[in-house]
Amino acid sequence: MASHLGGLSGAPVVRVESLVRSFGPRTILDGLSLDIEKGEFVALLGRSGSGKSTLLRALADLDDKVSGSGRIETPDKKSVVFQDARLLPWKRVLENVVLGLDLPDAAERGQVALEEVGLSGRETAWPVELSGGEQQRVALARSLVRDPDLLLADEPFGALDALTRLRMHDLLRQLCARHQPAVLLVTHDVDEAVTLADRVLVLDNGAIAADIVIDVPRPRDHGHRRFGEIRSELLRHLGVETKPVLPV
Amino acid sequence: MNAISHTAAVALPIPYASDERGLVPPAAKPRKTGRRRLALGRAIPLGALIGPALLLVIWSLGSVAGLIDPRTLPAPWSVVGTAIDLIAEGKLQDHLMTSAWRAAQGLVFGILIGTVLALISGLSRVGEAIIDGPVQIKRAIPTLALIPLLMLWFGIGEGMKVTAIALAVLIPIYIQTHSSLRSIDSRYVELAQTLRMGYGEFIREVILPGALPGFFLGLRLAVTYAWLSLVVVEQVNATSGIGYMIDLARNYGQTDIVIVGLVVYALLGLGCDGIVRFFQERSLSWRRTLAD
Ligand SMILES: Nc1ncnc2c1ncn2[C@@H]1O[C@H](COP(=O)(O)OP(=O)(O)OP(=O)(O)O)[C@@H](O)[C@H]1O
Ligand SMILES: [Mg+2]
Repeated sequence: MASHLGGLSGAPVVRVESLVRSFGPRTILDGLSLDIEKGEFVALLGRSGSGKSTLLRALADLDDKVSGSGRIETPDKKSVVFQDARLLPWKRVLENVVLGLDLPDAAERGQVALEEVGLSGRETAWPVELSGGEQQRVALARSLVRDPDLLLADEPFGALDALTRLRMHDLLRQLCARHQPAVLLVTHDVDEAVTLADRVLVLDNGAIAADIVIDVPRPRDHGHRRFGEIRSELLRHLGVETKPVLPV
Repeated sequence: MNAISHTAAVALPIPYASDERGLVPPAAKPRKTGRRRLALGRAIPLGALIGPALLLVIWSLGSVAGLIDPRTLPAPWSVVGTAIDLIAEGKLQDHLMTSAWRAAQGLVFGILIGTVLALISGLSRVGEAIIDGPVQIKRAIPTLALIPLLMLWFGIGEGMKVTAIALAVLIPIYIQTHSSLRSIDSRYVELAQTLRMGYGEFIREVILPGALPGFFLGLRLAVTYAWLSLVVVEQVNATSGIGYMIDLARNYGQTDIVIVGLVVYALLGLGCDGIVRFFQERSLSWRRTLAD
């Protein structure tokens, strides 16, 4: 509905105004407003139950059964990465990547996407034959093969171990640098947010409680002074008191 | 993955494999780990044949030792002799062809109708409202009880027999297919939505493959039901077919022919189940279940 917005430099690709979403008597999102620029990587933090998934689902048009009001503008070309890889178990890996892709060169694009996530050679494997991290990489390939203007990801690495997670961070950064989608990444991991994002938002009481531009130079080092400051500030917004780090 | 586990299983001696399956109680043999695998172990090669072979041995020994009265149960070899005679006379083939043809027709119609009804009722609320009730009612009435009515409607010819079989067959096909259509994970529906699939593509790529395991389960039940109804309709009123052969033999006290008929039924049933399982495994190779 608003894909032309992406073409105009300066105009945001995502525009949310006074968004309200409620489940029964409980209002989860209460007049939330949010803009995301073209190609901007935004991370969304918030306490469990603060409504992060609710917001993401609203942007993904997956909330038609939820009552609410407000204005949402998103590009037509958007992809969602879920917490579970959500591969169809009866489709082989490549078929999963190009699922619903109605292009004559879909198969070649799928191959390229699988290569980008380091899974070329596994095209004909069944999803059950892949590890959790590999499945999530297939899901990433499935999202990026569509060349989305907006990538919505709800804790995509939540189910992965710490090491795989770090690898996935690098991969996601690289892929985003190449494909240049705007990204909204929901996470509960403050370090993940600060490492990856251009801007970090904190959702609290149904609205954006903090909006912090991450000005730590890349590649980002967790030991960087500014990294630590931003982390403390975000943790404060999340209601977690931080003690000064004791020298070991 | 099947190929690998299969060769591995062949290489193992049977006693060890049966231990792995947990046929030997854990207490009989102390285990070092003290932990029991919850999944089944490797499949025993040709394991399905062991039980029947054991029965055959007992039957033979009993006959040789004179423990089994031949009027109750003739020896295996005299049953084989009778079968050879029947084949030489051409009777067995004739009856077999008649029975198989009836079953096949009933199966084809039953599967088609059951599948179509399941799709209509599984994919639309209106379809469900119209179709599901009558099918559930039919399900509550045993096919046996319907036969008198079918005889009044269709006479005692082939039409009645095929209809009775088809009616029995469509129930498991419908029930299983319908329930698996309806229990497709809603997460896949969401996925299809975010991938902007069209309705046709959604049905083709998500719903139908997702319902296939249920359909195959229904199919295996359906084959059993088909033979079951075949026996009934052939013994109620027929002038040909395996069931008729058995019924006639009963009148003359020819136990050996009765046994031949039963063995043929068993082989047919197992053969059909094997065919269905072959297609099931090929179509559902993406699954990993407890049996693998
Ligand atoms: N379908 C629903 N029906 C009723 N209440 C719901 C529904 N979905 C979410 N909620 C409620 O809305 C609130 C926000 O849920 P949401 O899933 O958006 O939280 P979240 O920020 O994503 O939390 P988490 O970090 O644990 O994933 C929760 O209190 C939840 O109970
Ligand atoms: Mg959530």
